[in-house]
Amino acid sequence: MKPQPPACARKLGPLQVALLAVPCIAVLVVPFYNRIDPVLFGIPFLYWWLGLWAPLSSLFIALAYKTSAQSSLQ
Amino acid sequence: MNITASVIFVGLFVLIAFLGFAASRWRSGDLSQLHEWGLGGRRFGTWISWFLIGGDLYTAYTFIAVPALVFSVGAFGFFAIPFTVLAYPLTFSLLPRLWAVSQRHNFITASDFVRSRFDSPGLALVIAVTGIVATMPYIALQLVGIQVVIGALGFPNHGWTADLPLTIAFIVLAVFTYTSGLRAPAVIAVVKDLLVYVTVIAVMIVVPMKMGGMHAIFAAIPQSKLLLTPPDGNSFGQYSSFITLALGSAFAVMLYPHALTALLSARSSDTLRRNWIFLPAYSLMLGFIALMGYFAYSAGLDKLPEFKSYFADYHAQFAVPGLLLHFFPPWFVGIGFAAVAIGALVPAAIMSIAAANLFTRNIYREYINPDCTDAQESGMAKLISLLVKFGALLFIVLIPQQYAINLQLLGGILILQILPSIATGLYTRWFDGKALLLGWSAGVAYGAWMVSTLSFKASVYTLHIFGHDIAGYAGFYALLLNLAVAVAATVVIRAAGLDSKGDGTLAADYVS
Repeated sequence: MKPQPPACARKLGPLQVALLAVPCIAVLVVPFYNRIDPVLFGIPFLYWWLGLWAPLSSLFIALAYKTSAQSSLQ
Repeated sequence: MNITASVIFVGLFVLIAFLGFAASRWRSGDLSQLHEWGLGGRRFGTWISWFLIGGDLYTAYTFIAVPALVFSVGAFGFFAIPFTVLAYPLTFSLLPRLWAVSQRHNFITASDFVRSRFDSPGLALVIAVTGIVATMPYIALQLVGIQVVIGALGFPNHGWTADLPLTIAFIVLAVFTYTSGLRAPAVIAVVKDLLVYVTVIAVMIVVPMKMGGMHAIFAAIPQSKLLLTPPDGNSFGQYSSFITLALGSAFAVMLYPHALTALLSARSSDTLRRNWIFLPAYSLMLGFIALMGYFAYSAGLDKLPEFKSYFADYHAQFAVPGLLLHFFPPWFVGIGFAAVAIGALVPAAIMSIAAANLFTRNIYREYINPDCTDAQESGMAKLISLLVKFGALLFIVLIPQQYAINLQLLGGILILQILPSIATGLYTRWFDGKALLLGWSAGVAYGAWMVSTLSFKASVYTLHIFGHDIAGYAGFYALLLNLAVAVAATVVIRAAGLDSKGDGTLAADYVS
């Protein structure tokens, strides 16, 4: 009786979960990034590392989105 | 009085007031329906949703408070970056499911969803009340943002005249929200973001140039502020509080009623997923805004004689206004200050709509007037949106600002306690409604108790476990207790055969 999910349904598999986990882990490993060196353009590591993950998180979410679209077409 | 800056500021304010009123005719719908007034007819596409969600989550108070925190405590204030980076991956799969089920059942609020999913009016009421209580001080804080920039323009900041510009700004906000509903902040959010981006990019280019580069700016920050305190013998230093604050805030931000209002107004669940790709642009902007705290510190703004009285009145909250006044010509100060003030109006409008939706749907229609017509429901929501805003205005005018800040801290802890009901509910019906209610009660009581021991002034509480001091976000600790109680109580209630099986939703409702 249950209606079938529509064809565009997107499900998250292990690959998508792994992709989404990457930026999360990157900003949670505080002992790794709580340091000054290497300094980039005068900015200590702590600050440019965190700043870098804002655009990089976009990339990983985009990959999770694109790959989930493919898996639903199969 | 800074005349040029004030003229630009007022001019931009008049422009957005005009846009706010004109918005009622944009993609017009029947505003006597609550989903039209309160959710913009669920018709916003990717771009408008992007502006609306961004305008909603990154508030004027954020622009003022994050740099203020960095200015005062240094690296710890940067927890704001992991917080916003975490927020999107953590909720990527959750919120499209909420959108789908809400669209199918015409849910307007998270409380509507919980009511149907767990067949528990009690839990739904508690979720609605939590949302309203957490939102009220948040609206009041938006006024603090406006207050600081109006004071910085040179308007009197003491006596009854000090509240006049703020009152006018708020009446404008109240009236256009009343007439246009969610369409008003959606339109204004575009202007707000343009102003914010222009201001932030200009500050990021001009200030380091004038101060001799990023190297010189960071060189002026004391070593003790530049890094987080590392763990030592029996404590985790600042690490545990940094991580739990980031995680707790990331979950809380999407649970606020105003966040869900903006999310549910999207056209499709795919609109939301595409938004999740582009929303981290705001995270980068927030990183830049946090850096402004260091710019202000490095420039020694609080030591300048012309800013002395402002820092006495507004403390570190004057860091960003001071930075603009110190480094920029008056016309640009006008633009930057307008960005802050308009940045306050967008979330304040959405918050008042969200609180109104909650009250109307989950209290008025549920308990006071179950037979109300759609037009009565929408009319009541409009009226409540006015009341909520004037309540916030009275709060800010009559009561010391610090109370609003303290209450907002408490609000964040409270809102986190609805996470188990909503997040688990989107995936499983395993939990029992009564158990979730017990978990919520335990979380709220424990959270409130923890911050009461801190005199409601801070949200980092230190647990003492096996001789270790673990400082962490009180909301996060309360959430752990909440979850533990909900799991244990569900097991007991199920074993006793007292669980309710009612569920108004189907598995397929969540998929799209």
